[in-house]
Amino acid sequence: MTAPAAPAERPGLDDAVIRVDDVTLRFGGVTSLSEVSLVAPRGEVMAVIGPNGAGKTSLFNCLTGVYVPQEGTISLVRPDGSTARLNGRKPYSVTRLGVGRTFQNIRLFNALTAVENVKVGADARGKAGPVSVMLGLPRMRREEHAATEKALELLSFVGLSGRHDALASALSYGEQRRLEIARALATGPQVLLLDEPAAGTNPAEKNDLARLITRINAELGTSVLLIEHDMKLVMSVASYVVVLNFGRVIAAGAPEQIQRDPAVIEAYLGTTQDDEGAHGDAADD
Amino acid sequence: MVLLLALISGPGGSSTALSYGFRHSILRPRVIPFVVVGVVAWALVELGRTQRQTVRSAVMGRLEGVRRRTGGVIPRNRLTRSALPIAALVVAVAIPPFLNGYWQTVLVQEMGIFTLLALGLNVVVGFAGLLDLGYIAFFAVGSYTTAYFTGRLPVLPPFTLNPFWILPIAILAALIAGVVLGAPTLRLRGDYLAIVTLGFGEIVFSFARNKTDVTNGDSGAFNIPHFSIHTAGIHYTWGGKQLPYYWVLLVFVVLIMFLFRRLENSRVGRAWTAIREDEVAAAATGVPTVRYKLLAFAIGASTSGFAGVLYAANVGFITDTNFVLQQSILVLVLVIFGGMGSMWGVLVGAAFLEWLPEKLRGSVPPSDRFIYFGLLIILVMIFRPQGMIPSRRRALEIRQAEAGIGEADALGLPKEVQ
Repeated sequence: MTAPAAPAERPGLDDAVIRVDDVTLRFGGVTSLSEVSLVAPRGEVMAVIGPNGAGKTSLFNCLTGVYVPQEGTISLVRPDGSTARLNGRKPYSVTRLGVGRTFQNIRLFNALTAVENVKVGADARGKAGPVSVMLGLPRMRREEHAATEKALELLSFVGLSGRHDALASALSYGEQRRLEIARALATGPQVLLLDEPAAGTNPAEKNDLARLITRINAELGTSVLLIEHDMKLVMSVASYVVVLNFGRVIAAGAPEQIQRDPAVIEAYLGTTQDDEGAHGDAADD
Repeated sequence: MVLLLALISGPGGSSTALSYGFRHSILRPRVIPFVVVGVVAWALVELGRTQRQTVRSAVMGRLEGVRRRTGGVIPRNRLTRSALPIAALVVAVAIPPFLNGYWQTVLVQEMGIFTLLALGLNVVVGFAGLLDLGYIAFFAVGSYTTAYFTGRLPVLPPFTLNPFWILPIAILAALIAGVVLGAPTLRLRGDYLAIVTLGFGEIVFSFARNKTDVTNGDSGAFNIPHFSIHTAGIHYTWGGKQLPYYWVLLVFVVLIMFLFRRLENSRVGRAWTAIREDEVAAAATGVPTVRYKLLAFAIGASTSGFAGVLYAANVGFITDTNFVLQQSILVLVLVIFGGMGSMWGVLVGAAFLEWLPEKLRGSVPPSDRFIYFGLLIILVMIFRPQGMIPSRRRALEIRQAEAGIGEADALGLPKEVQ
């Protein structure tokens, strides 16, 4: 597995898939994100790293419409160059525009089978309404068939081909992680947001996951935005890294650059700041 | 001491009959059923607390064995899957004509109407996981729409119609009421939604009771005509007989079950399950959650409105007391008892629970009937919280909720976005 060529400098607008400009998110008096600006490059894997409490998941929640930032803009750049503003949209609408996501703690629909879980995602592209469903119109049948096909295809893509009729809750932890990724892919995203996909997985599963992320990027052409603590994984898949600390971007660049950045080392080892952000994750590196 | 004696002897007692009050107010009337039922209930609750897991796993183990051999309690192969409903339909067609008038009335006014209501509420509670405590309000909308368009309310309509032709109007009215209530409130979740729907039910009830110049208050509307058709050469009047109403009910219950089954097994049903299980994840997977919740609400409300027309036309008399909170809760009980999300469960549960008090009418004192009713429900909730015939998805959710996995408990309480 070879990492794609890493652009050394911040990518320009032309090859961006998501642009975040001066986003500030506050909860009461607590500022979770402070004037965050970043650009996720199209067709690449970008990692967002940072100590616990740095605002990584808050950033994801802003990108997917779960939180609405008080200031700044977030836009999705389509392949044709046109942009769509994401902040202010409802989460389902963000997803339908082309931003898929997974969750830090797996959130599957446990009473549904694996294939049904993925079909919920595929349904986001369908158009059949309740009336055509009740009347059993041919269009609905075609869509249903297409959703099943797509779901089975994605299940085999993530390596769950034999497990499509298993209930989501009956899958192993690693399988659930991959099912969640398949469900997000089924919504047809331009960019896939993975929130700590390797959390709680063993080294072998981590390797599989790294391969899967690379394949999503290379074979499906989906841009990936990754929150991850495991530096080995980040270094092996990401071509670009953004570091958050205390809600601010403190560094951005190629992985090798980031590793040498004094601000990053300071944030992780906590030489001057001894608050909650400083402990916790140094061990993961 | 005197006070104690006075308490024991009661107003009817005297110095020569000290225990009169005790004997006549507590001992005499129904002490035996009360005590027996109480002791049995207590014993079973205690047993349930300690033995629940053992009993259930033993029972479930045996059921599991049967299931493995037969391929499911209701086996899932093609033949039995269509054979059971057909058998049920044959019974539903063959038996009623031979019942006497009393049981035909029970069949239509209690079992039939409430089955319809329960099937509608099942979409809201069972499929979409929304707790609606004001469901009977839509039944009221259907009934009062009927009363209005037949000219039986103080406010007169521009034209009068036969209740049969009011069906679509009432369904539409209930649907609109559902959307009007749902649109602003379905952003709420769990308990909050339940309280808002409770309030809505009370508003409709208070309106029916107090706005006498519109609804006639507690005198209600009476002489609502029966269904009749005089169109295109067909002349038919349902009249005072129950059987013709039963056929209408049967046709619509079958039709509704067929349509709802399609919804359940489609993208709509998947979306409802997703919302019920994890609303945040559903939205992140592209499910427009508010729209789908509103859809469930509208479908439930229109079914309820439909039942309201049938009830008004069949009984011919409606009053505010038909639409009290207890009725909403009763319908909810029917759904939970039968098995949330399972249409066969709801059908069987509603029919059985509506039949039971009537059956008990002859054998126990009237005021005791609901003790047995309550006992039965308590027992079912202890030993079979997923209901009599649970839906596969729902049974699993309840088992997971008990084991502390997942967030879809019986009523889908929210989990914080982390």
